[in-house]
Amino acid sequence: MESSSPALELRALGRRFGERAVLRSLTLTLEHGQTLAVLGSNGAGKTTLLRVLAGLLAPHSGRARVLGAELPRERELLRGRIGWIGHEPLLYRALTVSENLSFHARLHGQGRRRVAELLEAVGMSARAKTPVRELSRGMLQRVAVARALIGSPQLLLLDEPEANLDPGAREALEPLIGRDSRCTRVLTSHDPQAALEEADLVLGLRDGAPLLLEPPASIDRDRLSALYSP
Amino acid sequence: MSTLPENALSAPPRASVHQPASGRPPGAARVALILLGKELRLELRTLESVPGMALFALSAFVIFHFALNRAALQGDLAAGVLWVTILLAALLAINRLFVADAQQGGFEALALAPVPPGAILAAKAAALLIYLLVLELLALPAFALLLLAQPLAAAAFGVLATLLLGDIAIAVIGTLVSALVIRSRARDLLGPLLMLPLLIPVVIGATSALSPLLAPHAPDLSSWLSATGLRWLAVLGLYDLLFGLIAYALFEFLLED
Amino acid sequence: MDSTQKPPARLLRTAWLPVTTALMIAAALALTFFYAPLEAQEGFLQKIFYLHVPLAIVTLCGFVYGGLLAIAHLRTREVRYDVRSYVAIHMSLIFGVCVLITGSIWAKGSWGHWWVWNEPTLDSFLIIMLLYCTYQPLRFAIEDRERQARYASVFAITAGAFVPMAMIVVRLAPQYVHPRVLSSANNLPAPMGATFVVALLAFSLLYATLWRLEVRVKLARFRLRALQRLALERAQAPLRAPLASPGAPLLVPSTASADRSSGRRRQLAERGEVIVP
Repeated sequence: MESSSPALELRALGRRFGERAVLRSLTLTLEHGQTLAVLGSNGAGKTTLLRVLAGLLAPHSGRARVLGAELPRERELLRGRIGWIGHEPLLYRALTVSENLSFHARLHGQGRRRVAELLEAVGMSARAKTPVRELSRGMLQRVAVARALIGSPQLLLLDEPEANLDPGAREALEPLIGRDSRCTRVLTSHDPQAALEEADLVLGLRDGAPLLLEPPASIDRDRLSALYSP
Repeated sequence: MSTLPENALSAPPRASVHQPASGRPPGAARVALILLGKELRLELRTLESVPGMALFALSAFVIFHFALNRAALQGDLAAGVLWVTILLAALLAINRLFVADAQQGGFEALALAPVPPGAILAAKAAALLIYLLVLELLALPAFALLLLAQPLAAAAFGVLATLLLGDIAIAVIGTLVSALVIRSRARDLLGPLLMLPLLIPVVIGATSALSPLLAPHAPDLSSWLSATGLRWLAVLGLYDLLFGLIAYALFEFLLED
Repeated sequence: MDSTQKPPARLLRTAWLPVTTALMIAAALALTFFYAPLEAQEGFLQKIFYLHVPLAIVTLCGFVYGGLLAIAHLRTREVRYDVRSYVAIHMSLIFGVCVLITGSIWAKGSWGHWWVWNEPTLDSFLIIMLLYCTYQPLRFAIEDRERQARYASVFAITAGAFVPMAMIVVRLAPQYVHPRVLSSANNLPAPMGATFVVALLAFSLLYATLWRLEVRVKLARFRLRALQRLALERAQAPLRAPLASPGAPLLVPSTASADRSSGRRRQLAERGEVIVP
């Protein structure tokens, strides 16, 4: 049933923090397997949008349907179906890489095999027994990717996934969280050009309001820079 | 992990990484066990709670010895000293209970994973209960050795039953309060301020139950039960049950956002 | 609603409660000092009973009422229930301080000490007050307003359930085995009982009046803030429009701004932040 409905369906979505509107009247539809790139300067509401889509923040107005689940009412239906890669790796620093991953694997009903598979995929098999607090930022991000993918999510929410990665890691993770993953993806990026290449649809936010919502082919440089102009 | 044969990994992993999940998400009780396992593993790794609690309890006994200027305690004084010490030691663990989750993204990770709120409550309360039981395993002999006027062994069952029921109340209320204050400024201060009044009935119940057992001529089990013991165990049990239900009903509201 | 009513009707609607309260307080005072007989042992001091005990009952009921309103808040997520719950607890705290002061005066007069540990009701009242004293510090230590309301509601429900439990457990404690010192309302002579009932009613009304007043002030302030926000958004809307490309077909702020603001207003009303007249 849910495959017949789009992956994302937002109607006049709004969210405030206290008195300040961080998302205003956002309407868009994203089909399964497509990639939405969210662009905008710092504080434009990119991360807030991702948090709303993940069910971590309740929308204040409008409607949001994510993977067929109406937010915030059916938030529970989303649990375990979203892969989240944000600024924080969401890993316990005192536990080892494999302890963290097998903790998440078991929550998803998966075993050691899945952990090994993902460790291999992100190139961290050699560091499985290293405590997370000893990892570099780039390695943390690799483990965070493994953590996010362990439950085979249907929707990937990527908040500047490449911010901490060196080019080698970027290449290694590309098949997992890049276009080739064939997952439905929502990503934010500081690099508009790279985001345009990846996206099927581009959303430009400024002060939480959508200034831009169209396929990347029709977007020219001027309108992109209007997003970032002071 | 390392026990896996090499050739299991040699199959192209990337193709299978995004395959639909084969496993079935575990039930709530199983999830609670997984969470409890993680909790205990973290405590074993960091040793942030239990050793501190035990050391605190030992110091408190020494302080009581000097502050009260007594070599040996008995009756309600002994029961009071023991309970105050356990209560204050518990506050140390309660303050730390959710810190790792709040600071290292555990809350978000759990909100994204298929984890029901009740399982988080159960796992945290069970972890706290285990910390308290381990603490008592260490502190009770020390208390008997340092401060108690007569041997504890005669009253062991009554003492253990009282401690267990009291510990459950501390664990349940502690988990609820700890989650309540974790996102506020000054949580280190607010936690104890909220905890202590909520636990005064537990102190009343537990010390009332214990004091005849620690008196010079301790009654045997059946006469203790029929005199006051049973009544106070029932009061503690009901208090556990009531706060367990309240915490279960309210806990999900503390995990949102 | 208000605007369609004639002024006298409106006045009646808002004024009946404070007027009745004033009359009842006057009646309670009159009965206390001129009707109720002097108590044989304590004499004039016992008159404080008609102040202390009704205040205590109203305080405790207010705490529990705050918990019930908090349940309504968690079920509906409407701001107004949180405001009502907050004000109920706030008012009870103020009343509660009066209870502790009057109780202390009574204890000093009767037993010569400002505080005695032989009155379980007063002792459990102190424990309950200790707990509720943390309500406001907890509430205002949480920055996000929605989370603040949610967490405060969880506190209010827990503490509301704690009120009867603390009363019961404290009463069971072994230090109160001897009979209670203060007379309760059950076995009072008729004139004393009647005075007590009138006083209880009067202080309940006083609580209700003050509660309603503060709730209204708070909701009016929210409404003002919401309207200010609305005005600000309207003022900003034309500023944003030229930035967007005119040709973009999916551009979203497409509805007429008047429609949008009335829709926004309705949403705010649903959330209890604006009371639609």
